[in-house]
Amino acid sequence: MKGRVLVVDDDTALAEMLGIVLRGEGFEPSFVADGDKALAAFREAKPDLVLLDLMLPGRDGIEVCRLIRAESGVPIVMLTAKSDTVDVVVGLESGADDYIIKPFKPKELVARIRARLRRSEEPAPEQLTIGDLVIDVAGHSVKREGQSIALTPLEFDLLVALARKPWQVFTREVLLEQVWGYRHAADTRLVNVHVQRLRSKVEKDPERPEIVVTVRGVGYKAGPS
Amino acid sequence: MSGNGAAPERGVGRPVDTAGGISLLRRLWRAARQLPDGAASGPVHPVLRLYVRWVRRPLLPAMRLWRRNIQLRVVATTLLMSLGVVLLLGVVVIGQVRNGLLEAKRHASQSQAEGGFKAARDAADTVSDGRGGQDGAQSGGRDTGAWLTGLVQQLASGGQGVYHVVALSSGGGDTSAVGARGPRASGDLDPEHSIPADLRKQLDLKTGALERSATIKHSAADEGEPALVVGKRMYGPDGKAYQLYYLFPYTQEEKSLKLVKGTLLTAGVFVVVLLGAIAWLVVRQIVTPVRMAASISERLAAGVLQERMKVTGEDDIARLGEAFNKMAQNLQVKIQQLEQLSRMQRRFVSDVSHELRTPLTTVRMAAEVIHEAREDFDPVTARSAELLYGQVDRFESLLADLLEISRFDAGAAALEAEPVDLRDVVHRVVDGALPLAERKGTKLLVRGGEQPVVAEADSRRVERVLRNLVVNAVEHGEGRDVVVRLATAGGAVAVAVRDYGVGLKPGEATRVFNRFWRADPARARTTGGTGLGLSIAVEDARLHGGWLQAWGEPGGGSQFRLTLPRTAGDTLRGSPIPLEPDDSRRNRGMNEAGVPLAVSGRGGGAPVPAAPTGPSPVPAQTRPTPTVDPTALPGSGARVVPRPGGAPFDRADRPQPERSERPEKASGAAGSDARDEERADARAGREGQARGR
Repeated sequence: MKGRVLVVDDDTALAEMLGIVLRGEGFEPSFVADGDKALAAFREAKPDLVLLDLMLPGRDGIEVCRLIRAESGVPIVMLTAKSDTVDVVVGLESGADDYIIKPFKPKELVARIRARLRRSEEPAPEQLTIGDLVIDVAGHSVKREGQSIALTPLEFDLLVALARKPWQVFTREVLLEQVWGYRHAADTRLVNVHVQRLRSKVEKDPERPEIVVTVRGVGYKAGPS
Repeated sequence: MSGNGAAPERGVGRPVDTAGGISLLRRLWRAARQLPDGAASGPVHPVLRLYVRWVRRPLLPAMRLWRRNIQLRVVATTLLMSLGVVLLLGVVVIGQVRNGLLEAKRHASQSQAEGGFKAARDAADTVSDGRGGQDGAQSGGRDTGAWLTGLVQQLASGGQGVYHVVALSSGGGDTSAVGARGPRASGDLDPEHSIPADLRKQLDLKTGALERSATIKHSAADEGEPALVVGKRMYGPDGKAYQLYYLFPYTQEEKSLKLVKGTLLTAGVFVVVLLGAIAWLVVRQIVTPVRMAASISERLAAGVLQERMKVTGEDDIARLGEAFNKMAQNLQVKIQQLEQLSRMQRRFVSDVSHELRTPLTTVRMAAEVIHEAREDFDPVTARSAELLYGQVDRFESLLADLLEISRFDAGAAALEAEPVDLRDVVHRVVDGALPLAERKGTKLLVRGGEQPVVAEADSRRVERVLRNLVVNAVEHGEGRDVVVRLATAGGAVAVAVRDYGVGLKPGEATRVFNRFWRADPARARTTGGTGLGLSIAVEDARLHGGWLQAWGEPGGGSQFRLTLPRTAGDTLRGSPIPLEPDDSRRNRGMNEAGVPLAVSGRGGGAPVPAAPTGPSPVPAQTRPTPTVDPTALPGSGARVVPRPGGAPFDRADRPQPERSERPEKASGAAGSDARDEERADARAGREGQARGR
């Protein structure tokens, strides 16, 4: 079972506490406290998920996030003490899939981790089309005219959620629930940022999206096939 | 006009003078009449008002220019006033000149005429002496006639064109003597029409020389020219009276006057135009820097802080510029300081946030782990674990609220507005509050959710505000229904949360929003809540450009209303929902006079609390901390019951509660954080009051 979690945090007490909680839930945590060493530790540990503190000595969390994202689509959950929009959005834009604001409840953290891991676990043989894109759900690939487009698992999930019901307009809250696994409405900025990131990858012209269309005042829907 | 002017001059003067005077007067009169027309258009006839508006509409741009352009105003005023001065001067000068001319003419004419009369008398004497009275009467008429003709010719020959001489028979219409005394005149003028009739009559009665102004006519149809007539009754050689007139036309004087007028007109036009130009130039000197200052102020206000005025010279304008620049400089420095402070504050808040939250996270996780395992501990440790767990929660929410407030204070809060259907938000909030409501035995009702209630808002913030309001309402609603109303109208949307709990005391409706406000400072904290919830909610509302207001009456519940502009950035002018609900005690009393107050279940189906049926046991039972004075609890029920039930003394009773409750409508207050003690106090007070009655 996938359960390796890399904890990147400079606060030893918190890291230890996180270790206790994660072990209690059956994960295998490994730790790194320095931003400069984070990438090496990531390569070595090959985790299934990264818990990343935003404020780190050496390289800061944003930078680490970018580096990890550059070479892997592994889910990244940011731990942040800053709930200001700018901080959160910058974190998400640097490639994090989700974020959790300190102080958090252990159960909440575990739920988020499980949600991210489950997403990357369950492949169902299915072929979807959205616009001129062909999505192979089981093979986890998206192709436009034979050219495959690299998406992170989260972006892939987002695209699949939209493509499965092209007739439906998804509110941000619904997407949060389906893609991120939030049961209560949380911050819809998550959705906005990831839709932007997804568009920058799959749209021909991100300024005039055709795949993920905004329905003003409601949410998003898949573009016409 | 000069006081020494005799009748004739005045007579002559008038035609010229009055022409100017009358036209000026008429203009003034017209202006004076127009003014009240325009000014009094309010109360006048609607048709007239319509007419005035219709007339005024095309003038509006000009009027706007007039109001906005001081240069135009000054130049126009200068032009008008100098025109008035020049006109006045002209009238006076022309009058003086004419007076002088006329006076001179009169003197000259009089001496000329005297001479003529004397010559005529001499001539008559000579002839009558020569005849010695022998001439018969039959030839006398013819001779006299010839003599008279000769006399007229002789007299007139002295002043060719300067004056005319006319001889008329005395006694007006005596036709018998026509042959002898027929009118004679030098030149070709028409004597009958040139000499005024009344002068002829007067000459018959008086002996001296008379003068009069008249019009010389060469024929009956002739327009004639103005002239001075000097006449005298004379006696011819035959001893019979005849009238001799000298007529002096004003030709020369007219010419002189015309010249003076022309000169004055030219000078006047020049003066007016030049004065206008001077005014324009002078005003421009002042207005240009003022305009520059205005435009630069506007740019400063728009945030271009390095904008400065150009200063040249050392005059007042330059001082204005210097002072202005100094002010701008100081402003810039202050604003930069404030920005710096704000940045530091924000930075500090952010840092504190991080520094505090990380250990708190650890504490919290540890507390949770310990809490999970509390069954394995001895009772004391287990209870300690529970306390630790609960208080860490509280500490966390307090910290979160503090940070949120300080973010507002630092101006770091940003609005992320997008179209939101408030119904969705309300339903989420209500769903979230259901567990608490069930514990309290409260029913949550939503009204007005049939149509979309869309506004450009930050749904995260609006949800936080509404969650706060609904949770407060449930917590202080004493188990009675809580009604959430939605409405949209006139560019605004509103959500009102109504409860029927303890309500607010007078003055509390504004104080509930104060930070850490407590109804009773001495009272210990019992229920959850940080004391900052409503303060944050107010800031959230303000960030939207919206309102958050409270209304309440003691024991009658409260209503909190959030009003937001439908378009972000708009200014609110009103709210679709009245702050005081329809089913407030005052409204019910007014609407259904005479009907027992609490029986009425109106107010759009808003349920009146179950109070009339007696004290509700629910609040007392579910109250988490029974630290309240137990005797006070039934009082809440008891207090409500007599009021509706006590119909007999209802009428006499009503004025009193109304008097005491009205002020709280203005100020009224339901503490979001109203604590049990406070309720108890309120209740105890009421109890006492009731008993006192």
